[in-house]
Amino acid sequence: MPPLPLPASVPISWYLTLSAILFSLGVLGFVLRRNIITVFMSIELMLNAVNLTFITFSYMLKRVDGHIFSFFVMVVAAAEAAVGLAIILTVFKNRQTLEIDEVSSLKN
Amino acid sequence: MDAILFLVFAAIAVICGINMVVQKQTIASALSLVGVMAALAALYLLLGGEFIAAAQLVVYSGAIMVLFVFVIMLLNAKGEKNPVVKPWGKYFGAPLMLVFFGIMSIVVQRYTPASDGVVFGGFRGAGPREIGQSLFTVYLLPFEVTSVLILVAILGAIVLARKEID
Repeated sequence: MPPLPLPASVPISWYLTLSAILFSLGVLGFVLRRNIITVFMSIELMLNAVNLTFITFSYMLKRVDGHIFSFFVMVVAAAEAAVGLAIILTVFKNRQTLEIDEVSSLKN
Repeated sequence: MDAILFLVFAAIAVICGINMVVQKQTIASALSLVGVMAALAALYLLLGGEFIAAAQLVVYSGAIMVLFVFVIMLLNAKGEKNPVVKPWGKYFGAPLMLVFFGIMSIVVQRYTPASDGVVFGGFRGAGPREIGQSLFTVYLLPFEVTSVLILVAILGAIVLARKEID
């Protein structure tokens, strides 16, 4: 049996496709799941996928800027996680639920 | 060798990502997300970003996910009572996601400009020294604005989560 024809260097498009897969999984979790915390984690997954794209393009263009941007994305994600989890705590304190369908006081 | 390493870590990332979406228990989803982030840190190393790989491990799979696990533990979050009850999400969301992914991959495969593939050590311009230099010269203003953002986020989190004192 001949060995698998693996390229000597990984094409850029493989990294971008992996990023697309992870982003799609994040969107799927965001749409399908009903638990606030899991929806929030899906957002983090999407942010991570975008970070991978930034760093891949940074490699392709041989520039440092993509790394800086993904660093900023990480900082914003940390701030977002702190505030979002505080909101989740408050929602749970007031309503004793984590299902997003039951938190609908802005509806109608 | 590069391709093997990429495929191994990409497989770990995708499997953990799928596991994150399908798991019923919130804590299992959180641990799967840690797996995704660790695999992505290894991929960043392959792409020549030592600093960002370390930051990914420390900030994301360290700090942020510990925060998530804390909240899951505090709220004693069980799994979902009735996961995916809406037929809208089940019969419309997943196919739409597949269409989205298909379009993304077609665009990626067709329009990625021709360039050399990724080899380990092929790009050495993104170590801590270069990132620090760039952060404190070209990107000084965004850096400082980010520190203000962090301050606002800390204050907001405290205000939201504190107990009312009367």
